[in-house]
Formats: sequence, C-alpha cells, structure tokens
Amino acid sequence: MDRIPILKLGEALLVTIQVDMHDQLATALEEDLTNRIVEVGAKGVLIDISSLEIVDSFIGRMLDSIAAVSRMLDAETVVVGMRPAVAITLVELGLSMPGVKTALDVDRGMAIIRRRIEPGAQAGLSDY
Amino acid sequence: MTTDTVLQIRNSSDIVRVRQEARSRAVALGFTLVEQTKFITAASELARNTLEYGGGGTATFETVHSGFRSGLRATFEDRGPGIADIQLALQDGYTTGKGLGLGLGGARRLVNDFEIDSRPGEGTRVSIVRWK
Repeated sequence: MDRIPILKLGEALLVTIQVDMHDQLATALEEDLTNRIVEVGAKGVLIDISSLEIVDSFIGRMLDSIAAVSRMLDAETVVVGMRPAVAITLVELGLSMPGVKTALDVDRGMAIIRRRIEPGAQAGLSDY
Repeated sequence: MTTDTVLQIRNSSDIVRVRQEARSRAVALGFTLVEQTKFITAASELARNTLEYGGGGTATFETVHSGFRSGLRATFEDRGPGIADIQLALQDGYTTGKGLGLGLGGARRLVNDFEIDSRPGEGTRVSIVRWK
C-alpha cells in the first residue's frame, strides 16, 4: 500500500500531503506519524496541506486526531498552507478543528515549533 | 451538452473518483474556486455516507438548467438500511457511525439545493445542486 513520506527536520517531522488521499491512506499516515514521533523523540509535527484542494470531515478529523495524539506524546502539531477556499469551506461545513494549530506556511509553522523547543531563542515571542 | 456520469461507490478509492468527477465538472461549468471547493467537499461527504451507511451505491452527476442559470447536480443512491429519522440525521453532531456527524448537515450548507429521500429497509437518495 502507498504511504505518505515523513521527513525529519531537526527535532520536527515534516509531512507534505501531495495526493488526494483516500481514507486508508489518511489512517495509515496517522499511525506512521505517531510511531515516528516516538522513534525520533520529535517535539513538533508540520503537516503541509497546500496541495490539498479539499479537506472534508474525514481528513479534518484525522488532522484533529493527529494533533491530539502528538500532544500526548509531547509534540506540537502545526497544519500549514491551508488554501483560502478550503478554510471557507471548513467553517461552513462546521469543522473548526479547535485542537489544531495552523500557520500560513512551512517557515512560520517551523518558527512556532522552534519557539517551543528553545523558548529563549526568540525574545518576546516565547509566550507559551 | 454534457452527458450524465454514473460512478459506482464501493470503496474509499471510489470516493476519490467522485471528488475528481465533481471537480472536473465544476471547473467545466466555470465555478469559482470557492464554489468548486464547496461542491467537491459536499460530494465527498455524501459519497462517504453512501459507502459507510448505505453499504455502497452510485453517484450520478448531471448539468441542470433553470431559466438562464446552469448548475451541477449530484445524486447519491444506495440500497442500504435507510434513515429512520431524517431530521435527526441532519443535525450536526448526530451520528450512528464513527464519524463526526457533520456529513449530511454540513453538505446541505455547502450547496444551494438539497433533497433527501430515505425509506427504512429500502435505501437512501440524496441530491444536491450548486447553481452557477
């Protein structure tokens, strides 16, 4: 079966979703990611969804679930690159994903995770 | 004049195919990006319902006209157990499965017209239209 690649970037993991995922692929990603977080002791997970044309309730629930599980394993999940039309649709669908942190792009998402790893690294930004 | 397309929904790869068909038809009709995204998302939710609750079925896409307007209709049909209480099933958060209970109510908010017909023991038919 196909798998979505998970890259290690320092203490963070990066997943770039580039295909229109069928449901089993999304479920496999959730499992793979959880295992990798523990394997490498990741402190953060970046999920780049800029290639996704739609996020329906199944994928939304998967993102929410990944965020919740990684939080239990002491890693922060940031979903980056959501398209504007996807954001509008998700809100109308009724899926606000309160447990998921978002950032506009990979750089900003990485900055969120870096602040978490080294709170003193960027003075004035270490607000959590 | 485009012809109707009937797609079988038997597994989760078929849901991907439903999304692709919804997308190509929405693009062909000149929907804006937001209109496309809403229609494809609604189709994805309903295709998953057909698979999970109806045990599989079909999705039919057609172009419809009303006066000067044209629109895209998608109809999802299954011969599953049917829905006992449609009003309840349309409520956000209500589910008999493992989903979030946003599929039906959410899909209805993403389109202009929404019709549902279901008979316990016979099946369910949901039809949506997004007008250009």
